[in-house]
Amino acid sequence: MKTGDLIRALAADSEVHPMPPGRALALALIPGVAIALGLHFAVLGLWPHLFTLLGEPRLLCKLCLTFLLAALSGALVARIGTPGAGIGRITLLLAIVPVLLAAANLAELLVVPAAEWGQRLVGTNAVFCLKHIPFLAAAPLVASLLALRQGAPEHPALAGAAAGLFAGAIGAHLYATHCPDDSPLFVAAWYTLAIGIVAAVGAVAGSRCLRW
Amino acid sequence: MRASNAGDADSYRRLLLQLTPVLRAVARRGLASAGMADTDAEDVVQETLLAIHLKRQSWDEDAPIGPWLRAIARHKMIDALRRRGRRIGLPLDDFAEVLAGDESEPSMLVADVDRHLAYLSAGQRKVVRAVAVDGASISEAAARLSMTNGAVRVALHRGLAALAAKFNMEET
Repeated sequence: MKTGDLIRALAADSEVHPMPPGRALALALIPGVAIALGLHFAVLGLWPHLFTLLGEPRLLCKLCLTFLLAALSGALVARIGTPGAGIGRITLLLAIVPVLLAAANLAELLVVPAAEWGQRLVGTNAVFCLKHIPFLAAAPLVASLLALRQGAPEHPALAGAAAGLFAGAIGAHLYATHCPDDSPLFVAAWYTLAIGIVAAVGAVAGSRCLRW
Repeated sequence: MRASNAGDADSYRRLLLQLTPVLRAVARRGLASAGMADTDAEDVVQETLLAIHLKRQSWDEDAPIGPWLRAIARHKMIDALRRRGRRIGLPLDDFAEVLAGDESEPSMLVADVDRHLAYLSAGQRKVVRAVAVDGASISEAAARLSMTNGAVRVALHRGLAALAAKFNMEET
């Protein structure tokens, strides 16, 4: 086909209006997050002590950190599908989360006697945490990947990893409302590992389904 | 581009026509700097145009369009180089002398049209051929193929998406 012919066909096709990736993400997240919420309440229900303990600093810290991670990585996913849009600044902002987590860990180490460190790190629910966060993250991950297909990510695996990070953060935030292990030591070890698993799955999926 | 995203087909067509020589120069330079014959430049140009079209919604209307276009052209160039790098033993140099063109679009044989369209389903092929090669409008194509306008639009859009996917498939 001649290039001029192709252009004629493209112009004739310009009446179809695909959705911008940002709006696609917002739309896809509605069912994605609804499914995650539904699964969470179906499997675990509302943690009865959540509201009475909400003022507890460790629980609050856990909820805020996972929320911050979800918000920042969500902003990253919304941008990463646009070719030529810089993601340097948002990536830099994302680095706040591990810095805050490290600070919380330092504080925990100072407050808690060394004899208890090991027990706080291992917690009571590590394996369940590793299973439950990816389980909750599955629907948001699929939603984010579908939305990114509307965009044109320059590095598919990286975009998939960002989607995984975002979905993992949503899963972690939901799980945090129910998890009895509040120590930052536990969060740093097991939440990070669980979110990392989701991000790795996202990277593999992205390298396959986000190419264009 | 803003006008064309709003559905102004005419200004969209003019934009793509103006872009094409730039893309062609970029493609030739890219292939040449990688030490490859520039006979495939027109394929790269068409791939890039398809990507610009199918991903046009990813351009943020408030942002300058230059970086967006450059990023897409670069992505497609890298794609093309990677693909051609894997096609080992194809004696491109033999064809280079015959096919090396000037700044204008190299003329193609009728077989070339079919080479592209062969990847489409029969219905899509008829529609794409009518619109692209014969220059029919949507409604003319619909009348000629006794389809509804909507069906022609859908077939055209799917056909273009299939063309783009076919470029990606060649990689494996």
